[in-house]
Amino acid sequence: MDTKKFIARHVVDLPKSGIRDFFEIVAKMKDVISLGIGEPDFRTPWHIREAGIYALEKGKTHYTSNLGLIELRRSIAKYVGKNFSVAYRPEDEILVTVGVSEAIDLACRALINPGDKVMFHQPCYVSYHPSVTLTHGIGIPVPTYAKDNFALTAEALIAAWQPGTKLLMLNLPCNPTGGTCSREQLQAIARFAIEKDLIVLSDEIYSELTFDGEHVSIASLPGMKERTIFLHGFSKAFAMTGWRIGFGCGPADLIEAMMKVHQYSMMCASIIAQEAAIEALERGEDAMKQMRDQYHRRRDFIVRRFNEIGLKCHMPRGSFYTFPDVTSTGMAEKDFAVGLLQAERVAVVPGKAFGENGAGFVRACFATSYEQLIVATDRIERYVASLKK
Amino acid sequence: MNSVLKLLLEGGRLSTAEMAKVAGLTEAEVNQRLEQLKKEKIFLGWRPVLDLSREAAAAVAVRALIEVRITPERGGGFNRLAERVSRFDEVESCYLVSGGYDLLLVVNGSSLQKVASFVSEKLSTLEGVLSTSTHFMLRSYKEGGYQIETEVEDNDRLKVSP
Ligand SMILES: Cc1ncc(COP(=O)(O)O)c(C=O)c1O
Repeated sequence: MDTKKFIARHVVDLPKSGIRDFFEIVAKMKDVISLGIGEPDFRTPWHIREAGIYALEKGKTHYTSNLGLIELRRSIAKYVGKNFSVAYRPEDEILVTVGVSEAIDLACRALINPGDKVMFHQPCYVSYHPSVTLTHGIGIPVPTYAKDNFALTAEALIAAWQPGTKLLMLNLPCNPTGGTCSREQLQAIARFAIEKDLIVLSDEIYSELTFDGEHVSIASLPGMKERTIFLHGFSKAFAMTGWRIGFGCGPADLIEAMMKVHQYSMMCASIIAQEAAIEALERGEDAMKQMRDQYHRRRDFIVRRFNEIGLKCHMPRGSFYTFPDVTSTGMAEKDFAVGLLQAERVAVVPGKAFGENGAGFVRACFATSYEQLIVATDRIERYVASLKK
Repeated sequence: MNSVLKLLLEGGRLSTAEMAKVAGLTEAEVNQRLEQLKKEKIFLGWRPVLDLSREAAAAVAVRALIEVRITPERGGGFNRLAERVSRFDEVESCYLVSGGYDLLLVVNGSSLQKVASFVSEKLSTLEGVLSTSTHFMLRSYKEGGYQIETEVEDNDRLKVSP
């Protein structure tokens, strides 16, 4: 029987993830040092894990409110107020989700009508474009460039804008480039969003991992709270990827619309993860800062090494990714990544996995021990030198 | 802060060659900074962290925690006596603590008897020592920041992820 014919057309048409392709090659090899991982090497700090265990012991095994535990929403309101300078009401402006992943999907499903256009900067996180396509929207990638340290500029937005655009997705600091925007650049983006009457979906999952200067949330700029859905989670800053927990904050009407989809598709996030998340927000700051400081030094090390090796690499202001330029080797990024893997058993992700604008670059994640980073960069050095012969 | 000190604070698991690479220094420069820290009496020296329960030949070592109550002296407080106690080779660490006793010692010996005789003959006979209470260590679960686990938590991250 031809089962494929039953698959919905827009799912058939969805391109296969470049990450998945590469994963399949890497998974077959032994002794690989992987800089291709998109999550912390740290385990969740023990006190947070312990809070999860305690929740189980206390018999916290039931559904929660669709919006999430009110205690967690209060902690979120306090945390976001303090660190992002935006005040949200726990009662109706905050929704707890199964990771930022679900929050992105909910926002797209709640806001996009078939044919609506959605802008996002590219290179970008792999799920943005598919999330738009799956909700029958039309994605408009807006390029960012190494010369700007991959900051998104208002000029690029203005050049790419098309009538019928409803949403602008931002991810600052950015996966895979580590790019961020200054307050002035964000103000220009805000002016653009207001002028074009857009809703901004701001994925700030890497915000704690900002190494130089302040992190500014676009939601905190004048006139923006009312048109921004602020997304954040615990995966990166608190090393909680496997718990699957995140949240969205925004105008009550939009949160209500997202909650409507969430209640029918997900009901609620795991109660154990919610309990642990409260612990992370209330008492996790010290552990988070320790991890951040280590990422900071690893970043300085790996960026210096890439430039020494001859792979031009800008200094990412945030996240745990570097995005070196491999064009000096004369190779396309995919050939470079496959060659490096085969010759030296180091995995990096070809930049085009993050969109066409990633051509010429690879993503190397520094959420890995110093020891491994030292060996990996030495191997990359040997590989690049071998190409020159 | 001295960049080498920052790395030491992270747990000091790196060799000087590795520290040099991470901090962007030569190994000689790292050693210079370590020397500087030594001069400033911040960095006192290296010590291995060992789990001797896995080494049959070494398993005879005995460790004890000893609580000591002492009389403070006019002028010197606890310092003179604490320094005197800490000079014994058997004493690995010596702390002045708050609470029900004054000094907490970590003491090493090759046998139970050796530690016991250190306590009864040397420590408790010192003038100014009021009482001692000895706790022999039975098993270690964490040593110098290293978890001593029967089951190591493995790193099961996917090799490539978004
Ligand atoms: C930019 C970005 N957004 C969202 C996610 C997904 O996060 P979560 O684990 O909260 O679903 C990731 C994970 O890699 C990410 O890089």
